[in-house]
Amino acid sequence: MKINFKSVGSLIFILLFLTTALFPQEKSAIKVGSKKFTENVLLGEIITQLITSQDQKVEYIKELGGTRILWNALLNEEIDIYPDYTGTIIKEILVNKNANKDNLKNKLAELNIGIIGPLGFNNTYAIGMKQGLAEKLAIEKISDLKNHPSLALGFTNEFMDRADGWPGLQRKYQLPQTNVTGLDHDLAYKGLASGSIDAIDLYSTDAEIEYYNLKVLKDDLHYFPDYKAVILYRKELEKTYPGIIKKLQILGNSIPEETMIKMNSEVKINKKPESLVASNFLNRKFSIESSYQPSKFLSRLWHNTKQHLFLVLISLTAAILFSIPLGIIAFKNKKIGGLILGVTGIIQTIPSLALLVFMIPLLGIGSYPAISALFLYSLLPIVRNTHSGLCEIPNSIRESAIVLGLSPSLILKKIELPLASRSILAGIKTSAVINVGTATLGALIGAGGYGQPILTGIRLDDIALILEGAIPAALLALLVQWIFDLSEKLIIPKGL
Amino acid sequence: MSISFQNVTKSFNDTTALKNFSFEFKKGQTSVLIGSSGCGKSTLLRLVVGLIKHDSGTILIDNRAPVKSNLSFLRKKIGYVIQEGGLFPHLTTKENVSLMAGYTGWDETKINKRISELISLTKFPKDLLDRYPSELSGGQKQRVSLMRALMLDPEFLLLDEPLGSLDPLIRYDLQEDLKDIFERLRKTVILVTHDLHEAVFFADEIILMKEGSIVQKGNINEFLKSPSDPFVTKFINAQRSEINFNNEN
Repeated sequence: MKINFKSVGSLIFILLFLTTALFPQEKSAIKVGSKKFTENVLLGEIITQLITSQDQKVEYIKELGGTRILWNALLNEEIDIYPDYTGTIIKEILVNKNANKDNLKNKLAELNIGIIGPLGFNNTYAIGMKQGLAEKLAIEKISDLKNHPSLALGFTNEFMDRADGWPGLQRKYQLPQTNVTGLDHDLAYKGLASGSIDAIDLYSTDAEIEYYNLKVLKDDLHYFPDYKAVILYRKELEKTYPGIIKKLQILGNSIPEETMIKMNSEVKINKKPESLVASNFLNRKFSIESSYQPSKFLSRLWHNTKQHLFLVLISLTAAILFSIPLGIIAFKNKKIGGLILGVTGIIQTIPSLALLVFMIPLLGIGSYPAISALFLYSLLPIVRNTHSGLCEIPNSIRESAIVLGLSPSLILKKIELPLASRSILAGIKTSAVINVGTATLGALIGAGGYGQPILTGIRLDDIALILEGAIPAALLALLVQWIFDLSEKLIIPKGL
Repeated sequence: MSISFQNVTKSFNDTTALKNFSFEFKKGQTSVLIGSSGCGKSTLLRLVVGLIKHDSGTILIDNRAPVKSNLSFLRKKIGYVIQEGGLFPHLTTKENVSLMAGYTGWDETKINKRISELISLTKFPKDLLDRYPSELSGGQKQRVSLMRALMLDPEFLLLDEPLGSLDPLIRYDLQEDLKDIFERLRKTVILVTHDLHEAVFFADEIILMKEGSIVQKGNINEFLKSPSDPFVTKFINAQRSEINFNNEN
């Protein structure tokens, strides 16, 4: 029995050791972020490689999320640089500050944000539909949509909510459509191709416009502003990394619209990695030999595994350390117990995606909000199993211990916890398996892990890439299960 | 060195388990509480060991009223054996028996010496000391439970239906051995049973209980000759065939 508690202790120690050994904290790296769509990822890649060429350490957190997440991450100093678009900044980010294209630089400077660019192309929003359908319904411009109220529209989730998105568009053009769905931009093209959606929002530099031979409807009432690509950065970098900011200026007016569409097409249609396309661009345009090396499968896998384990190990260890005492308190005190079980139960009912997003305003982006969400998610199974494991101990055994004269703390340590160990361990196992699966969602808020290739795979419509995240995640869940099955033999007392 | 009850009342919700109960369990004597289920006999033992609290009256153990501050001290003077044994399933026989001694500061030599004494006293096979309760028979489990109760050499031994769940042959063997142990140790013993044969076999004094009160106390001959209440005769007649061996030849 003495061995059992030592082995629990050493298990936790090993978990903590692995965590710190595997994941040394990186410091003094410039952090570049990007939004979730290919063009922005490409621009982020170009920025990253340009900085790397200056022998400066850089960390690229790609596909971090939508505009709000990136902007807040920049303000909160969680990232230093990311690419955005003038229209988005004016209409969405600075909408309450009377910003326009002339005073944009000053308005941003008030927030300690610097701007580089425009980079040369205008990627405005547009509404597109299949050529055939447009001809059949005689739709040339957005105004023409008014005559076809039954058309099914599919817009990106961001477009659905943005000040310069669907609500404004609908008002401006008095559009009658009610069948409007929010969905992922890359899936929208597929929906359009399959005919389940009639019109979608486009980025005018999307490679798919040509590929799917789409009709871009004329913005006849000039609703959409210019969306000229720019680079936003924290102004502090002008002091800390003046050379880097100066170097990034060369990107100004360096990417014409055709070039951007071509690069988008290289990635989306020809399936080339963004890093390669970015590297070719820098090489061609500025003769900069960038550090691009095709990432090898194994090194990607190892990188993702490290990040995934980091999320799982820390959140699970913390959950174990926290939940077992909570389960004990719940067992000892019925009133508090009801509260504890109730609260942890309610947390469990929050959809995991929502819980992750709730964490962003509190903890920003990256691993820590993901770890916190995973931690909260892991509580219930352990708390509940600790509580029920203790409740199931026969009264005769507990009373025998009392009458022998053992103190309550000795009874807990020597009798109750060992007897409840099977149930507690089963709870930890459940938590661990759920945790491994849920951690794939961490990529949505910049935590990386096996969710990253899944996310990129969905964006690039690349099944192999999706499997690169999904299969290891499933294998890790099985491995975790196996490790716990094995540790049952060590931890659970023999006589049980 | 006695346990005394003075006007003790204990109720559970609407049921009265003990009603103004007064009795003194005398030193060195084996008292057997007998009665039908629910007559309050187990409640009495649970009051002595402090698992439950009485509503009114006085309980004195060794002239001390059990209160929170002296409960653990008093419990070390009491050995308690229950029907299901109450053994800790994750501990071996030896660990079950020596658990409390270890926390009382006994060293390994003292513990081993005491265990040797106890296995010869209870006739427990020495080579089974490393077995877990699940690997023992019912009779062996009760012998372990008895060893555990006797480990610290308590002054009082309380047994709540200790033979209740054993089959007849094993029960017979253990009965013989228990009686022998009681006689050798001369501890103050309170044994609870519903079996009249067992009561007669062990008791220096039998206490027949009904609905939380004593109906009659004394030895079996007094019960037979001058029953204090029709219930006494009825209770005896219900189990009569079993006591013919002892009293009618």
